[in-house]
Amino acid sequence: MHSHDAPVAHQFDDAGQQQEAVTLGMWLFLAQEILFFGGLFLTYAVYRSLYPEAYAAASHELDITLGGINTAVLITSSLTMAMAVHSAHAGRRKAILGWLVATLALGGAFLGIKAVEYAAKFEHHLFPGPHFQFPDPALAAPARIYYSLYFAMTGMHALHMVIGFGILLWLIWLTARGRITAQRAAPVEMTGLYWHFVDIVWIFLFPLLYLIGRHG
Amino acid sequence: MSSTATTIHTEAHAAHAEHELSFVRKYIFSTDHKIIGIQFLFTVLFTLGLGGLLALGVRWQLAYPWTKVPIFGELLWSDNGGAMPAEVYPMLTTMHASVMIFLVIIPGLSGVFGNFCIPLQIGARDMAFPTMNMISYWFMWPAILFFVASFFVTGGAATFGWTSYPPGAGNLQAAPGSLHGQTLWLLGLLCVGVSSLLGSVNYITTIVKLRTKGMSFFRMPMTTWALFITAILQAFALPVLTAALILQVADREFMTSFFRPDDLVINNEPAGPGGGQPLLWQHLFWFYSHPAVYIMILPAMGVVSDVITTFARKPLFGYKPMVLAVAGIAFLGFIVWGHHMFQSGMNPALGMTFMTSTMLIALPSAVKVFNWLGTLWGSRIRWTTPMLNALAFVSMFVIGGLSGIFMAATPVDIYIHDTYYIVGHIHYVLFGGSLFGLFAGLYYWYPKMFGRRMSEFWGKVHFAGSFVLFNLVFFPMHILGMGGFPRRYADPYFFETWKDTKPMNQMMTIAAILLGFFQLILLLNFFLSLRRGEKAGHNPWRANSLEWHTPEIWPGHGNWGARTPTVHRGPYEYAAPESEEDGYYPQTTPPPGSQAERAHAH
Repeated sequence: MHSHDAPVAHQFDDAGQQQEAVTLGMWLFLAQEILFFGGLFLTYAVYRSLYPEAYAAASHELDITLGGINTAVLITSSLTMAMAVHSAHAGRRKAILGWLVATLALGGAFLGIKAVEYAAKFEHHLFPGPHFQFPDPALAAPARIYYSLYFAMTGMHALHMVIGFGILLWLIWLTARGRITAQRAAPVEMTGLYWHFVDIVWIFLFPLLYLIGRHG
Repeated sequence: MSSTATTIHTEAHAAHAEHELSFVRKYIFSTDHKIIGIQFLFTVLFTLGLGGLLALGVRWQLAYPWTKVPIFGELLWSDNGGAMPAEVYPMLTTMHASVMIFLVIIPGLSGVFGNFCIPLQIGARDMAFPTMNMISYWFMWPAILFFVASFFVTGGAATFGWTSYPPGAGNLQAAPGSLHGQTLWLLGLLCVGVSSLLGSVNYITTIVKLRTKGMSFFRMPMTTWALFITAILQAFALPVLTAALILQVADREFMTSFFRPDDLVINNEPAGPGGGQPLLWQHLFWFYSHPAVYIMILPAMGVVSDVITTFARKPLFGYKPMVLAVAGIAFLGFIVWGHHMFQSGMNPALGMTFMTSTMLIALPSAVKVFNWLGTLWGSRIRWTTPMLNALAFVSMFVIGGLSGIFMAATPVDIYIHDTYYIVGHIHYVLFGGSLFGLFAGLYYWYPKMFGRRMSEFWGKVHFAGSFVLFNLVFFPMHILGMGGFPRRYADPYFFETWKDTKPMNQMMTIAAILLGFFQLILLLNFFLSLRRGEKAGHNPWRANSLEWHTPEIWPGHGNWGARTPTVHRGPYEYAAPESEEDGYYPQTTPPPGSQAERAHAH
């Protein structure tokens, strides 16, 4: 992407080099994120292979309807985010604003539904704190590990959503001030990469936590 | 990109460099990579002192157990007659290792030299992401505060070693220091992790995208190469540790049981819900912390390669094999973590696999050592302070590397596991290796950082004292280790077997205290030379690599004035026919007869 009117920070020769550097930096950051979640997925895999029955029983307690709706909400938010990037490249300010607000709303809906799910888990004593109880006491210890992972993994995912939420608000502010143009689309593009990454994490979390072992 | 546009941009750069920044923006919250590198340097000098004092506490207890500790005993433990209480000893070993590894060697090599050298050595104006670079530095301070604060909370600092193995480290009630100290340790490490992760993104992006014209990958100095590969190690190993740290925090504070086994009893009481696997922590921890060993040595290898070529006035013997050897060590570093766990009851077939992959590391390491020797072969060595420290690095690394092979062999490792042999080995690599490498780099680039030279005389006194005393402190550890002398015991003389080793330990402790005093010479030399050192000029060592060829001795923000330099050759062309008598042939000098040279001459 070569253009002469894009602002270039002093350490870069030109806008093209800046764009390439920013993109590489973003992908490196995402690679680190993948490895971070990789550590959690590894932990999940180790305990799943040790305690398959407890995993199956514990996953039955999750609300598959809400989880399914949330998956649809999140995938739709990826679509609106992609549209925001597309509009940014075209430099259509109103369209960017619209798509960003839509993404923000869908992200908010996801977090809201997640909060309802969390509340239900607390109510049913499935949060792995001092009041943890599991219907089948024989499976209580491994089921606690399952729920620890459930809260750790979806919690980390939700934290990433909240950070994404903040970035979206900043982007909306930038766009409203007219600071996002076809030449200065990089912030939207990079946020798009981040948002899709957070989505993809959920695409792995949903089947691993909600679907696996349900037939049992 | 048209040439007119280039001119407009470069003029904009020059104008940008001229406007003055406030003191705070220039020296404290600076985004200039040179300042950030120097900030890391001052910080590391402070943490080095802290880590050193903790080590002297350990040494005192091993030489004169349960007696009054000089100076500090009166201040800290007056109710105990000035002697160290039993629960303090493991805090000292834990925090000495943690401070030295995470607050001295890693920020000392990657933070100082990565920030200061990379943009200058590749002809860039700054790091790709200067603000992120600043944040990376400032994440060090919460880590330092968490570590220091942990000594003052109820129960005191972390006690379960720098490896923090559960179930001990995963339970609040397991020891005094595992109450809050351990949690602070985990939070501190998370901050160090964020700092390193941000730094690694910056280093990789800068090196891949911001090299100046003519600076191909295989014209980069070894320091930049080593820091590049180190950054890749950090970027891809550290996130896994971050995940593990969060899981241990959860185990401790939220009653999860990721690492707490079934039916664990602590102090005759059930420790909490079980079902977890303590070994999983070891895998996650070593998946980062073994590569971390290379994060702590590879940059020093790069620095030493630069120093040795400059003072041998010869090209680096086998430049490309040197690069490939660093890459090879880094790659193998990812698949050997299990050699820390030979005693964990792993399948012998797996142990054999880890043993083989570990021993393979000897190959690229030997390539490096022989290439350094090849560089020195037949050269007229200039015995400067940086050169002496670099040669110490090579020789001490040989000892540390060879003792490492003993540990890699599973049958031998079972015998020497958790003895002072291990302590001796790691100090030959990290002190004899990394720290002497850091000293070499410090003496070498000091003139570039501050425009003055450190005193050569006091530099050599510091070197001679450190080198001799280092060997007196750490070589006997191998002998003690062969005799089974255990690490982490506050009073090994409780056992009949080790009673006779006390005089040897006392000798080592006296040497360690003197070693500490010799570091004061370094500090004095460092600070006094800031004002009083001899003016260094542009290139006091007549080195060929790019960082010595900036337009000004202390280049302003943006480093290169109006135009970044053009590079015509590799950094070690000390033997080129066109070079001056002493091998001087900078990367920036155009080749004779070229169009560029004619333009240069006018």
